[in-house]
Amino acid sequence: MKQIHTSFHEAVKDITDGSTIMVGGFGLVGIPENLILALRDSEVKHLTVISNNCGVDDWGLGLLLQNKQIDKMIGSYVGENKEFERQVLSGELEVELVPQGTLAERIRAGGAGIPAFYTPAGVGTPIAEGIEVRTFDNKEYLLQTALKADFSLVRAAVGDKMGNLIYRKTAQNFNPMIAAAGNVTIAEVEELVEPGTLPPAQIHTPGIYVQRLIEGKQEKRIEKLTITQHA
Amino acid sequence: MIKQNKFDKTSVRERIAKRAEQEIVSGSYVNLGIGMPTMVANYIQTGKEVVLQSENGLLGIGRFPYEEEVDPDLINAGKETVTAITGASYFSSAESFAMIRGGHIDLAILGGMEVSEKGDLANWMIPGKMIKGMGGAMDLVHGAKKIVVIMDHVNKNGDAKILKSCTLPLTGKNVVNRIITDRAVIDVEDKGLVLIEVAKGFSIEEIIESTDAALHVSESLRMGTY
Repeated sequence: MKQIHTSFHEAVKDITDGSTIMVGGFGLVGIPENLILALRDSEVKHLTVISNNCGVDDWGLGLLLQNKQIDKMIGSYVGENKEFERQVLSGELEVELVPQGTLAERIRAGGAGIPAFYTPAGVGTPIAEGIEVRTFDNKEYLLQTALKADFSLVRAAVGDKMGNLIYRKTAQNFNPMIAAAGNVTIAEVEELVEPGTLPPAQIHTPGIYVQRLIEGKQEKRIEKLTITQHA
Repeated sequence: MIKQNKFDKTSVRERIAKRAEQEIVSGSYVNLGIGMPTMVANYIQTGKEVVLQSENGLLGIGRFPYEEEVDPDLINAGKETVTAITGASYFSSAESFAMIRGGHIDLAILGGMEVSEKGDLANWMIPGKMIKGMGGAMDLVHGAKKIVVIMDHVNKNGDAKILKSCTLPLTGKNVVNRIITDRAVIDVEDKGLVLIEVAKGFSIEEIIESTDAALHVSESLRMGTY
């Protein structure tokens, strides 16, 4: 029923130049590491990437930046990446900054068939320029439109061959909404299991949203290691 | 001429964080912004029951992990490795901002670059410098029931950060309820800014002198509270 891939290169090979892709993750947590590496190797160009962040210089979506594969980035925080800054300042990279909650909801709306919605985030700020403002109960709101993608790349802790996914801890983040907002959703899972293995009531992403699955091993790099010293 | 801070930077941050901790009511849900606001968690008094929300999808942030507990799938919004308290929950970013926007968070403590006398907040962008993005700040300022901004009273050049109107691009308009600085606690009310507390080592005149916006002095002003 679902395409089960064993090669990450095969899983992304029909992502063509000019595609719009959504990529799950918050910082480096919950990113589909191997799918990003495969995209880097595929040399696909002129991508529009929708993701909360853009990786770091040498990992995650930063790899696609390094390789100059991204034309436009839509995200909420891109401050961890020097190459990003260089490309924006030189005009090579277009960036659209979106408040994080608005980004999550625009993606959710995209997958849920809602074309637009009103949110208070950004009223009276630079992001409100050119956006419809409407007042409800004496409070102003901005009209925000849904986001969709040609391809969505997500990562889950475990997926079954029906496409059902379960995420782990804060690696969930944007992944469930992104899974639903892609025309083709490719799930990189840490563990692929047979249908019936996962408790149906615990599924985060029902299989209907997922077209392709592939199992892979992640490095799970830590961006900011902070520890408590034993007394 | 505005005086420089009378205390070293670390102790100043600690003083602000400790004073900000007093804003946290036992039994409340609280979001702490990245940077100095995160430090507030270090000073939460024992006996206070507080659930800290992290906008990347965690309700119930715990302490930083011991080395052997570090989990790369468990971070806070500042991307630092954390633990989760007993009774914590994980959820998606859409759920996270639904609970923020929906008014379920009792208090958000955020950093600030400038605050205006109308409660406008600027804390995400300096024109001409590389913009990093607003993250969740623009959503948070409209969602939490109470917004407290903590920051230095003046900037590195000694210029006021509490202004008649902000010069930097806004994060939110008319959103701040209370400002806590190294020198004073100031409430944003309909009539304007009201000075309610002055920190140890400062006089009312020094606060007024180092604040660009007009200050009403509260009738119940307290001196040297922190």
